[in-house]
Amino acid sequence: MSTVTKERIAPESAPLPSGPAAAAILAAGIGSAFYGLLVCLAEFPAVAKAFTLSKGVGPLSGKTTFGMLGFLAAWAVLASMWKGKEVNIDKVWKVSLVLIALGIVFTFPPFFLLWAPE
Amino acid sequence: MHVSAIDAWTLLHGMTFGALFLLAFTGVFAGLYSLRPELVTAEGVKERLQRLKLGTWVMAAVAWLTVITGTYIPYIPYRAKTPASPRSFLLSNPQTALWHKFGMEWKEHVAWIAPILATVVAYLVYYYGKRLVGEEKIRRIAMVMFTISFVCAAVAGLFGALITKAAPLK
Repeated sequence: MSTVTKERIAPESAPLPSGPAAAAILAAGIGSAFYGLLVCLAEFPAVAKAFTLSKGVGPLSGKTTFGMLGFLAAWAVLASMWKGKEVNIDKVWKVSLVLIALGIVFTFPPFFLLWAPE
Repeated sequence: MHVSAIDAWTLLHGMTFGALFLLAFTGVFAGLYSLRPELVTAEGVKERLQRLKLGTWVMAAVAWLTVITGTYIPYIPYRAKTPASPRSFLLSNPQTALWHKFGMEWKEHVAWIAPILATVVAYLVYYYGKRLVGEEKIRRIAMVMFTISFVCAAVAGLFGALITKAAPLK
């Protein structure tokens, strides 16, 4: 009876799928943009009231809590979708960079104050 | 020399956590930059990677601590609806109103983007480990993200310091 032996591949040389990294990178963009959007939406009084999870902190408590939960949720969903898969990192990074830029613009007072009702 | 509880927390938020993040940035950025095959030996990679993993995770943790302590401790008395609160003081004078309407409003919001990006950078270093040496694209992405994180934190830190000077918490 012949014995078949498998060649052991050193862990460091085995290729790593790009999916988990792509998930994290895109989640950063989605999280930043989503959080920024919440900052803009909180200029509406009804939304500001709903976002006031802490009276002392005010609407910022909800903007940041829901924003960060959005970031983590996006990461969890993408990580689950792309686990073990190969994903185009270049495309993902370009999209994420645009979303991060949007998040920064949305959190800039001259921009988000435009959303305040007259 | 009296340091109140709120002074102590404000110092912890800005001069400890915030300052640590800003100061550690250069070291970690240099670590990411220098993790190139032409610059390091196998032994060098092992040594640098340990520091990089520790550095990026510590910075991510410190970024979270900075924004959480800032939002839930000194921000509360800052925005209290009393005439003596720093917010009320700044808004009472047209010459100082922009410190709040622009400075504080920008600082309190943009700061939260820093820990998002810092956490993802720490994850990328953890996920790729030694392979980061051969992944130039990922290293570049990590460096750009880390720089954006630093800029967001720096804006928040700068306005925090200037606002505290214009209207200190009492």
